[in-house]
Amino acid sequence: MSLIFAIFLPILAALVIPFLFKKISSIHTGWFVLIVPVVLVAFYATYISAIMDGSTYLDKFEWIPSLDISLVSYIDGLSLLFSLLITGIGALVVLYSIFYLDKEKEKLGNFYVYLLLFMSAMLGVVQSDHLISLYFFWELTSISSFLLIGYWYTKDRSRFGALKSMMITVFGGLMMLGGFLLLGIMGETFSIRELIEQAPTLAGHDLFVWALVLVLIGAFTKSAQFPFYIWLPDAMEAPTPVSAYLHSATMVKAGLYLVARFTPIFALSEVWVWLVTGVGLLTLFWGSVFAVKQTDLKAILAFSTVSQLGLIMSLLGIGSISYHVTGDLVTTFTFASFAAIFHLMNHATFKGSLFMIAGIIDHETGTRDIRKLGGLMSLMPISFTIAMIGSFSMAGIPLFNGFLSKEMFLDATLSLQHFNVHSLDSWWILFPLVAWIASVFTFVYSLYFVLHTFRGKYKPELLPKKAHEAPWGMLVSPAILAILVVVIFFVPNYFSSIFIKPAVAAIQPIAYQLPADIGFKIKAWHGFDSVALYMTLGIFLIGFILYKTIAKWAPIYERIPAKISLNRFYDGLMNLSDKGANRLSSSYMTGSIRSYLMYMFAALVILLALTMWIKDAFVMDLTNLAPIQFFEVLISSVLIISTITILITKSRLTAIIALGAVGYTVALFYIIFKAPDLALTQLVIETVSVALFLGAFYHLPKMDKYEKGKEDRRFRLNNFLIALGVGIMVTLIAIASHSQKLVSSISEYYKETVYSEAGGGNIVNVILVDYRGFDTLFEISVLTIASLGIIGMITVRLAKKKGDRKVENK
Amino acid sequence: MTTFLWVIVVLISLSILGFVYRLVKGPSTPDRVIALDAIGVGLITLIGLISILFDTVFFLEVILLLAVLSFIGTVAFSKFTEKGEIIQRDRNS
Repeated sequence: MSLIFAIFLPILAALVIPFLFKKISSIHTGWFVLIVPVVLVAFYATYISAIMDGSTYLDKFEWIPSLDISLVSYIDGLSLLFSLLITGIGALVVLYSIFYLDKEKEKLGNFYVYLLLFMSAMLGVVQSDHLISLYFFWELTSISSFLLIGYWYTKDRSRFGALKSMMITVFGGLMMLGGFLLLGIMGETFSIRELIEQAPTLAGHDLFVWALVLVLIGAFTKSAQFPFYIWLPDAMEAPTPVSAYLHSATMVKAGLYLVARFTPIFALSEVWVWLVTGVGLLTLFWGSVFAVKQTDLKAILAFSTVSQLGLIMSLLGIGSISYHVTGDLVTTFTFASFAAIFHLMNHATFKGSLFMIAGIIDHETGTRDIRKLGGLMSLMPISFTIAMIGSFSMAGIPLFNGFLSKEMFLDATLSLQHFNVHSLDSWWILFPLVAWIASVFTFVYSLYFVLHTFRGKYKPELLPKKAHEAPWGMLVSPAILAILVVVIFFVPNYFSSIFIKPAVAAIQPIAYQLPADIGFKIKAWHGFDSVALYMTLGIFLIGFILYKTIAKWAPIYERIPAKISLNRFYDGLMNLSDKGANRLSSSYMTGSIRSYLMYMFAALVILLALTMWIKDAFVMDLTNLAPIQFFEVLISSVLIISTITILITKSRLTAIIALGAVGYTVALFYIIFKAPDLALTQLVIETVSVALFLGAFYHLPKMDKYEKGKEDRRFRLNNFLIALGVGIMVTLIAIASHSQKLVSSISEYYKETVYSEAGGGNIVNVILVDYRGFDTLFEISVLTIASLGIIGMITVRLAKKKGDRKVENK
Repeated sequence: MTTFLWVIVVLISLSILGFVYRLVKGPSTPDRVIALDAIGVGLITLIGLISILFDTVFFLEVILLLAVLSFIGTVAFSKFTEKGEIIQRDRNS
């Protein structure tokens, strides 16, 4: 149970946080919170050596056994790497937040509860082996992220960003659930491991591509891929520790985790390979180009995150090509998976530190606007060092880990030339080209980010605060990450063997049985014959020239019309669904009972007619009919004439009298069809209701008294057609149902037993009070309720109008 | 005998049809009320005839009831046309 317990440890801790925040106000609540991720890091670190040897761990908790839903914690290389990232960076972020958030002014109780909730959810996502519990934790990350983005809920921008991210990620989450359910239907299991074993049979299934696309939509929305990246820049309204934690290191990588985890299942389809690679490269390119345009430090970092996530995504796509090739080529393409995981780790380190630096600058100068900043190098030397390490690593400059992964990335895109199954003969060159251009832009914005902030002229008059170095506590976390950035560059193969290789073994289970089988060595120097080396040199050269001339070409961005922006599309969509739904419902919800009745009757006619037509239900059987007698025709014509009179008369009194005539004629029908009890009741009731109509009549205005010129009973074609339709339909159904009586009547039994069993001679009365007296009981209740209701309505009305009671009764 | 009764049934039915014509045509409300009263009488006759034809005593109650209702109804209508309402609350006005 220890693995399951570890997932839920943060949530359990979150339960006591509000209590600690309220009772122990002298100590910053963050110090208590810090214990949780530290303990978890230590806990997961104990698994490292066993995972390196290729073993895996499984822990299961039956949640809903009858539906085969359980919480399954599965630890292999991939989930352990993510778990360590989540808890490790989580610990650093908590430490940073202790100094970033003020314990007097901020609602720390809320903040840490959300953060711990998120941590549990994220651990659950990466360790779940069961699709339903994976989805459960996935939505929990969306919700906790929503809460964290909207942490300063008094600001409009925060609420907007929180809602936007919620809408997009929950949309993706629901799509993903659809994909999961399809997978569950295809494989008849929700366990990911069992689905991986069935992968070759699944690939032939009709639903396979649907499941693939739906799961990918989920991954793309969460990992901010094109075109769903738009929520990430708006999520920057969150407090900086949140941006650093969720929107660079953990949550946005949940989509990457999903793609990596499902690669063994879906990679057999080429749709997967090209979608993941293509969307990843497009996102990489788009994000890096638009990052240069931004003026807010966190917005630059947001677009850079989008771009780097695209890079990793495209590497995962290239890595999945290994399922389509044989021989040495398998190694060529699994190298891309290796590069993807390596860059994923590197990105978490340098992007986390950069976000923290952006937060420090915001904290110490009061602004994040890069146009107001400059010359902070001498004022904030430690921050500058850390920022430089992070940005240079992001740009892919040697001595920092980004250089290694960037070269591996370029190598991997170049390896596409070996995959020429789809007449890629010369088209493959597009992929490295796009990657190369994107890398140039990455270089430009990385330099722009660090140099424009820390070098140049110091502009104190533009800054809300006097700039100075941050307190040590804030610098510890980014410094640890920056040290890691450098350490990974010098001993990459050490990190590779403990983290990367087990993870790659999880993504490529066919190519590699054990982590030790993976023979990749990371080298900083590839020799002069490496194409990637010359591409890197080109990036440095072109990137440096572009950076120097940025003031000249950056205005080009202003010329890109705002209309094509995806945010505009999103706003338009939201607006449209809002207004459209409004317009739609106000178009038919008119408040007029007449039109509602028209809908109801028209629907009745259409549904019945369609059913009759589709089922071919109309039957006319004339064999069992009684002969028609002359006076029946006569009475019927009386009935018809009276009914028509009701419809065409101009006076209400005539209508009421004609209605009485109808009632009496019906009573006559009862008599000739030998139903004396019905006839008696019908006569009395008809008389009473005619009297009631007359009573109501006195209080009504004359039919065209108030509506002169606009005649009330004017002929309306719609109403006529609907009424005709209802009449015809009911007649047809009556004929059809009479013509096909399938079972005989029960009445023979009543006839035989009415005296012997019930001791009565009147069969109708015996049925009413004896055989089926239950109905009678409730019809008595109906009458009671009706009379009580009438008394209620009259007395309440009288009580209201006590003053003019006399006038009313005149 | 039966044929004779049926002829009368048809005649009475025709007369009811005639009353209905008056009921529809009007022209004044008292015409209609009297027509309705006459329809009631016609119905009573018709039911009596039907009872003979069907050879049953079960409809005699209906005849009684119809006679009572027809009377009450006509009185109610008459009072309505005379006073504008059927049940007065304040006898002094």
